[in-house]
Amino acid sequence: MTGDMNTTAVGMFSVFVILTLGITYWAASKMTSTKHFYSAGGQITGFQNGLAIAGDYMSAASFLGISGLVFAAGYDGLIYSIGFLVGWPIILLLIAEPLRNLGKFTFADVACYRLQQKPTRTLAALGTLATVALYLIAQMVGSGKLIEVLFGMEYTYAIILVGTLMMVYVTFGGMIATTWVQIIKACLLLFGASLIAFMVLAHFNFNIGALFTTAVEHHVKGDAIMGPGGLVSDPISAISLGLALMFGTAGLPHILMRFFTVPDAKQAHRSVFFATGFIGYFYILTFIIGFGAIAFLVGNPDFMDESGKLIGGNNMAAIQLSSALGGDLLLGFISAVAFATILAVVSGLTLAGASAISHDLYANVICKGHPDEKKEMQVSRLATIGLGLLAIILGILFEKQNVAYMVGLAFAIAASANFPILLLSMYWKDLTTRGAVIGGGLGLLTAVILVILGPIVWVDILGNVEAIFPYKYPALFSMTVAFVGIWFFSKTDTSETAIAERTAFEMQYLRAQTGIGAEKASKH
Amino acid sequence: MVEKKLNDLRNSDEYKTLVETRKKIVKPLAISMLAVYYVYILVIAFAPEVLAKPIGDGPTTLGILVGLGIIFFSFIVTGIAVHAANTELEPLTEKLHEKFGEGE
Repeated sequence: MTGDMNTTAVGMFSVFVILTLGITYWAASKMTSTKHFYSAGGQITGFQNGLAIAGDYMSAASFLGISGLVFAAGYDGLIYSIGFLVGWPIILLLIAEPLRNLGKFTFADVACYRLQQKPTRTLAALGTLATVALYLIAQMVGSGKLIEVLFGMEYTYAIILVGTLMMVYVTFGGMIATTWVQIIKACLLLFGASLIAFMVLAHFNFNIGALFTTAVEHHVKGDAIMGPGGLVSDPISAISLGLALMFGTAGLPHILMRFFTVPDAKQAHRSVFFATGFIGYFYILTFIIGFGAIAFLVGNPDFMDESGKLIGGNNMAAIQLSSALGGDLLLGFISAVAFATILAVVSGLTLAGASAISHDLYANVICKGHPDEKKEMQVSRLATIGLGLLAIILGILFEKQNVAYMVGLAFAIAASANFPILLLSMYWKDLTTRGAVIGGGLGLLTAVILVILGPIVWVDILGNVEAIFPYKYPALFSMTVAFVGIWFFSKTDTSETAIAERTAFEMQYLRAQTGIGAEKASKH
Repeated sequence: MVEKKLNDLRNSDEYKTLVETRKKIVKPLAISMLAVYYVYILVIAFAPEVLAKPIGDGPTTLGILVGLGIIFFSFIVTGIAVHAANTELEPLTEKLHEKFGEGE
């Protein structure tokens, strides 16, 4: 079926594109200020935001990647899902409240509340951009593959199409359009995934044991797929991955930004509650879908090539399963949904990246907090276009990578640079600018270097025989470097600004806890 | 003027109650969530065969039950935290805003 055009898919996807472009047009008329661009004017409800957060999370990388992982390795896919989910209670308990009380649009606002603007913001923006770039690659690659298989379009053109649409959404519609694209897609994806999982279970008369039995019989690894194995084969990798997934979530800039789109703390809490519910439910679905793919696809010559590999690669497991279950119609629908998913998520990511450039770097570092609003808006739009072009180029360069790993790497960086700075700026009195910048910088650098020297880049991409750093997941090491670095360089900082920053903690804490403070951080 | 107000706020019983109540809610929940997850990760790291043990005669393993259990547990923790925040902390915060808010 590779290369054949699926008319259902093209038709449904076109409807989605027209609808979302319509929303973008509507949103563009409401975009009167940078506040609308960054945070949709703070007018999104808790339920809507919950869906949008879940939408950011239920990316193509998790839908296709995790069901593909379950298809390839069974139980290991669940380890990823759990790690992605458990970050949420932690965000709610430790981060959400102070983030809202101290920040305005980006997490860098919080880090800079009592630290020096220029160095801290620059680093936070770099952390944001690194995370966004990696995450973008994962999404772009997923989309290219998908379109290649379904629409018969060449990979390169597919990537260009996704990049262009995303630039349109974000440039003209800002956070309002991005949020609504995300909400629509979240509903579509939840519906589509529920449908496939339901059909799989219905086939086995809703006896999940029978599904597992069939899967074990079909899979080459036999009953090894029912327990942890291949993916996290050694203790260090397991712990490192666990850390990256849990704390990475709390450092993802595009997710943190969503807390500023709701009008008050109550709605922020509600949005986390809904998001956790939707995400948890979705991951259970992907698990069933992965096992369903094993049960239905393995050994079926329509979907597997002669060497026993899934046509289109493991990332296509969910898509191929939909074809096996519901023919071209369901295949078309699920492909259109997956494509919509990618578009929505890359838009959210690009918006976060553009905000780091225009709000953090331009408005606060270059203009020292007094930007011309019109110019700032222009910068954010130019940044969006720049990031879009970058995403297209990176998407083409990284064509052959498994998308779930790339997300793992984005999480490692978020966990090693963004999260330590954010957490310590909220809760640790002795944090100083020097500590945050040097320690956070070291964390970021360690994560990036270890990723480059690790098996994925050093061996798979650069073609070397053996990796210099043997583990795929650097978080255990890079997070340690970040926390120790921040602690050491803060503690030994005796400068006058450091003393002032420590003194300012009390007032910051007061504001973090109550939302009341000496000066308003936001214009709400 | 503003300084004095903030000092009053900091020394007020309402503020202390808010911070105390928040700690009482957050601590046990955060600790149990971290504990549950890291025990799970450590079992994967050091004794993965425990999770691969089948339950009963079927192929369903302990790992699958535990995994689904953790997903459910995260949801419960979030639910309790949100409920507590919106029913206990929110009224306290509102009171503080009425008393010390900057003339909003």
